[in-house]
Amino acid sequence: MGAPRIRDYGDRALLIECGDIEGVLALAATLRQARLPGVSDIVPGARTVLLHLDAVTDRAQARSELETLDLNRAATAGDAEPVEVVIEVVYDGEDLAEVARRLNMGADDVVAAHTDTPWRVGFGGFAPGFAYLVGGDTRLAVPRRAEPRTRVPAGAVALAGEFSGIYPRDSPGGWQIIGRTDAVLWDADRPQPALLAPGMRVRFRAAGTP
Amino acid sequence: MITLEVLDPGPLAVVEDLGRPGLAHVGVTPSGAADRRSHALANRLVANPEDRATVEITLGGFRARIHGGTVEVVVTGADATPAVDGIPFGVNSVRRLLPGQALSLATPATGLRSYLAVRGGIDVPAVLGSRSYDTLSGIGPPPLRTGDRIPVGAPGRGHPRLDGAPVAPIGTAALEVRVTPGPRDDWFVDPDALVHTRWVTSERSDRVGIRLAGAPLRQRWPERQLPSEGAARGAIQVPPGGQPVILGPDHPVTGGYPVIGVVVDADTDALAQLRPGRVVRLRWCRTGIAAARPPYW
Repeated sequence: MGAPRIRDYGDRALLIECGDIEGVLALAATLRQARLPGVSDIVPGARTVLLHLDAVTDRAQARSELETLDLNRAATAGDAEPVEVVIEVVYDGEDLAEVARRLNMGADDVVAAHTDTPWRVGFGGFAPGFAYLVGGDTRLAVPRRAEPRTRVPAGAVALAGEFSGIYPRDSPGGWQIIGRTDAVLWDADRPQPALLAPGMRVRFRAAGTP
Repeated sequence: MITLEVLDPGPLAVVEDLGRPGLAHVGVTPSGAADRRSHALANRLVANPEDRATVEITLGGFRARIHGGTVEVVVTGADATPAVDGIPFGVNSVRRLLPGQALSLATPATGLRSYLAVRGGIDVPAVLGSRSYDTLSGIGPPPLRTGDRIPVGAPGRGHPRLDGAPVAPIGTAALEVRVTPGPRDDWFVDPDALVHTRWVTSERSDRVGIRLAGAPLRQRWPERQLPSEGAARGAIQVPPGGQPVILGPDHPVTGGYPVIGVVVDADTDALAQLRPGRVVRLRWCRTGIAAARPPYW
């Protein structure tokens, strides 16, 4: 692929196009290591990385610093062994049967597909501590519920589109709920409030199994 | 200890400072004062370090009584006719409050948000490094309520040097705002419609975003969905209905609506003073040196 395209995002941010989520995670890892001056946040999206800058005056410098980084080599930097988090899940979600029916799979097969292939944290959004998990078993793609729920409990493990996710707090939500976990996704009083951050690997394990 | 007893918060009174940047990748929006310039001026006038918190008061109506000591205060932003025991002292003017005296704000005739700075700052506990209330996810000190006693911090070393500052009043005429194109202007049939349309500020506007009403912007590929990407204060997102939303300090950290343009950083403070019904004119700014021009309303 060619060099990632860098676009201005107003006068205090730059948007870098990466093509796919693998490129995004690799680039974000490279940028975190590079610690470019004047960059206040590195925000992965599904196909892009947004760099927030401390001041409007940092944009030209950030652009030239980016051009000196070998962004094409980023793919290898991202290959460093990611942090892995194991999340124990009770697979008794209200939508599990419906998801299995839609996918022409047994409920046990859905659980196996969700646990056998590790996921990666792609990007955040929706709520503090929420992570869009990517790279799971491709058979698990299901649409959102036609009718979103007004309240989904914290710890609900769910599917939507190509993603899996865990609700960090009680909130409305339209994802298909397949299970629940006691893992605390968000705690503002912890040194690292978010359990999951972009680039981490996530393995789900059915509760009560080795 | 000096405290401020809230007698009436008015429609909405929240504690804000410079926010908590740097956490968007784990889903936390920067938040912070909507009109950073008025917030910073308020701190400066009472000789506070710039990281101190102020009270952001939407549409006035705020009343509070001072306890435990004498302290300087100032109100900036929307002119809500601040008064002590009923006697007005003017916005952008430093006023000394004696114990037991009550500060009151009326409803401003123009503008939306006033900033109350107290010498020493509003000293509620910080969450993730900031005393800002994030209305989107509820992080930070909750909105002030009648009966709250909010602590005032220890003053910095400096003393107020000025009695006040000359600030142009907030107007009611159309607000002109500079916008850099993109990153997703190519998703629209006619991106220039953004700068040719007379936009009216909707009443469904808040710290998350300012909704504009006008002739809908048409997307080139209505069936296509943009993969989620990072968002920023000032970004102009266009949902499928075509009515733009200018993101405010409590914006979602990522979003899937195409951003047709982004308001120049220096112009986002004036946006925070937009009242429902006020007209907004957007102007392309392609030079990339926008920050050089002095701020105006």
